[in-house]
Amino acid sequence: MLLHLVRRTAILVASLAVSSVVVFGFMVLLPGDPARVALGVNASEEAVGRLRAEFGLDRPLVEQYASWVSGLLRFDLGRSYVSQVEIAPQILHRLQVTLWLVVCAMLVALVIAVPMGTLMAVRHRRPSGFLLSALSQVGVAVPAFLAGILLITVFAVRLGWLPANGWTPPNEDPAQFLRQLVLPVLSLGLVQGAVLTRYVRSSVLDVQREDYIRTARAKGLGPFRALWRHGFRNAAVPVVTVLALQLSTLLIGAVVVERVFVIPGLGSLLLDQVSNRDLVFVQDIVMLLVVAVLLVNFLVDVLYVVIDPRLRAGHS
Amino acid sequence: MSAQPAGPIDPTRVAGQPRVRRRPGPSLVVGGSIVAAVVLMALLSFVWTPHDPTLVNAAARLRDVGDPEHWLGTDKFGRDVLSQVLVGARTTLFVGVVAVGVAGLLGVPLGVVAAMAPRWVGETLMRAMDLLLAFPALLLAIMFSAVYGGSTLVAMIAIGIATVPSFARIVRSGALQVLSTEYVLAARAAGRRSWGIGLRHVLPNVSSLVIVQASVAFAIAVLAEAALSFLGYGTPPPTPSWGRMLQESQELLFSAPRLAFVPGLAIAVAVLGFNLLGDGLRDRYDPRLEDRR
Amino acid sequence: MTTAAAVAPSPVLEVRGLSVSIGRHDLLHDLTFTVGRGERVGLIGESGSGKSLTSLAVLGLLPEGARATGSVRLAGVTHDVVGASERAMASVRGNDVSMVFQEPMTALNPTMRVGAQVAETILVHAGRGKRPGADRAAVRQRVVALLDQVGLPAPAELARAYPHQLSGGQRQRVVVAIALANDPELLVCDEPTTALDVTVQAKVLDLIVRGVEARRSAMLFITHDLPVVATVCERVLVMYGGRIVEAGPVAEVFTRPRHRYTEGLLGASDLEGARPGKPLTTIPGTVPPAGAFPEGCVFRTRCRHATAECAAPPPWSSADPGHGHACVHPAGGER
Repeated sequence: MLLHLVRRTAILVASLAVSSVVVFGFMVLLPGDPARVALGVNASEEAVGRLRAEFGLDRPLVEQYASWVSGLLRFDLGRSYVSQVEIAPQILHRLQVTLWLVVCAMLVALVIAVPMGTLMAVRHRRPSGFLLSALSQVGVAVPAFLAGILLITVFAVRLGWLPANGWTPPNEDPAQFLRQLVLPVLSLGLVQGAVLTRYVRSSVLDVQREDYIRTARAKGLGPFRALWRHGFRNAAVPVVTVLALQLSTLLIGAVVVERVFVIPGLGSLLLDQVSNRDLVFVQDIVMLLVVAVLLVNFLVDVLYVVIDPRLRAGHS
Repeated sequence: MSAQPAGPIDPTRVAGQPRVRRRPGPSLVVGGSIVAAVVLMALLSFVWTPHDPTLVNAAARLRDVGDPEHWLGTDKFGRDVLSQVLVGARTTLFVGVVAVGVAGLLGVPLGVVAAMAPRWVGETLMRAMDLLLAFPALLLAIMFSAVYGGSTLVAMIAIGIATVPSFARIVRSGALQVLSTEYVLAARAAGRRSWGIGLRHVLPNVSSLVIVQASVAFAIAVLAEAALSFLGYGTPPPTPSWGRMLQESQELLFSAPRLAFVPGLAIAVAVLGFNLLGDGLRDRYDPRLEDRR
Repeated sequence: MTTAAAVAPSPVLEVRGLSVSIGRHDLLHDLTFTVGRGERVGLIGESGSGKSLTSLAVLGLLPEGARATGSVRLAGVTHDVVGASERAMASVRGNDVSMVFQEPMTALNPTMRVGAQVAETILVHAGRGKRPGADRAAVRQRVVALLDQVGLPAPAELARAYPHQLSGGQRQRVVVAIALANDPELLVCDEPTTALDVTVQAKVLDLIVRGVEARRSAMLFITHDLPVVATVCERVLVMYGGRIVEAGPVAEVFTRPRHRYTEGLLGASDLEGARPGKPLTTIPGTVPPAGAFPEGCVFRTRCRHATAECAAPPPWSSADPGHGHACVHPAGGER
């Protein structure tokens, strides 16, 4: 078990190191000088030179990388070249907004997928199972931003029940916050739920065919109870994997959905800074997203050990 | 008009148990038809569209669906929606083909090498693939766009690179299975070199996996392209693209929601088609996953 | 068609006209047999003859899509197993009738401690009907006692182990402990030793028999291993093509088989051990796939003695009370 943890931690650290180099290298590739980009074409050579010195752009790349990484580790991301604002507090502020979306969407997806997927698996030979399965296929084919647009036309335009867009912080006006949260969360969550449903279905189908489920039924457990007591943990392993992989999809989906619903989250920030060509800012946001995904994958790997006792003993 | 003998079971059939070739499942039929329809739309757009899709016509702005001249109506510039959808199919397929091509050309050899190379090489390659998975297609495309500016080429390459891991993983696990078979052992015993084994035995046997994966990856590419165009990082105007049609429709959601429905439906149906096709092909190629009876 | 067994007044298991089909395939055809109180009955036949399906039908655990007709009655159960609701069957399974499966490597849940899996059987039925409610400490004691009875070393510690930490033989002992936990009236064993090492087989077999004897439970023992049937069972049913083709006391059926299939089966396994100069005989051909058995006598396509008469379903005839067969050209007629 300890070995497993050590191995996983080593992989995490290596992945973080490699991805930081990738992200840094990527932004260095930019044709042109970030300082020049930030100040505009009319700025004097001296002004550009001053800015280069101020942000350390005249130092060797290795040094720049080292100072960026050490800044990342302390979560001191410095100032933007373009707007001169402190980057870290901005990111933190926007991250809260995006986290609301992602976490709520994940919950919606789970609430949909676990019962629906199980039902589909248990009924997979009957018309109702087939119907649910076809429905989930359609759900998978609809991208989150399209779902958002459709939800807006129905619930905001036609019915007028909910606001079409906007964002209010929860501490300012909780009711308005919730009303504005519903549609973006649904558009992310429904689509993600459809995808997850298919994984739950196949996972439950696999587990249903296991001999130990038959043993449990022979003991006198009803079909659903046998599945619940004996299938749940075993079916959970692949589902949790997919859930973790979906986190990156959700974060990226949030980028687009924030655009649809005009929500000031991390995604909007990223897109704004891309159009501002504020590369340091973009670099930091991208790195943060990647760190989040890698961390969650690491946590899932650790979680397996808790779920599956075979891993604890070091069997693979 | 049944030619089957209705009497007792034919003993020759009992002894031989011929494997009846299964009819294609509903997924394969529906998915295949949808994909064929999208391809036909794209091909048709080369030779004929009802109107010039990029022609701005102030006299025919915001016509409704069912207009005798513009069957699917027109947008706020008076451009014909049907023509845009037809040409948009071309854009979508073009991006999909190139992106999946990039992913396959990089991912398949990587997968085979990861399976056949020494263990540590394979492990390292797969870790790298895991790492790449932390960069979804859209994020990669946004990063590329930040550096090189948005364009169709950037979108295609970004989506392609982001899809490499899925090919590499599937090909590797398939290749590992092939490599553990007796006939590979026999080939080794016969003195065949490892690249010869890779070409003669591994590649042909994983080809069905690659085809299935390509179909699924195509669906992902269509989604990613639509999202990118929606954000304004995909195909630049005036070339019609389903994603950008959606984006342009957004300001008119209250007055003309049909402008969102048409391209939205096109995206969803195309993705559904490729997903179903992938499912259908998988059922056909991989009988292990098939539900017995 | 009756096996006319003159056993104890009310049998533990009474199967009448049981037929099972999946889709267009008839897999079991009009089975009728009984298992008396405390009686040990063997069910033999090649793979594909329908033995396992019969055992699953007795527990009402037929695979999805299977249709059963006829009747399966268990002593002490007021309803028929055929057509019973899941809820009704759940209280019967593991309580009145339980089962030992063939494959110990997969029959246990890998993510649950074995003690908990044994305890579950007790807890599921605790408080139901005649059984007392659950008392955690008492259940734990019973689990340890059960694991001890099936010959597992250090049962108290072993109860905390996960299945992957046990050997195949040990796992099968756990499966037996689960099956015997509630002292069932009937234990169904589906080839319980086939997947085990030869050295372990005899031990597991012995503990099953002792467990059944101690509880005065009846047993339906499915196997293709004829010597095992000869040592364990009192009566034997021979199955082929989803039908019972011969039934009778083990000593009779094995020494004077009447059905040509039984005769072939015995010839192929040679109970007395190989004698020099006497080659093992085999049954020609293979078992046809489900649904491809011939009309009339199911065995006629592989039978050397088949004639035109065999195209009609052979009637059930019994030469001696308790020993019957369905064959028009029975063996040993001259004896």
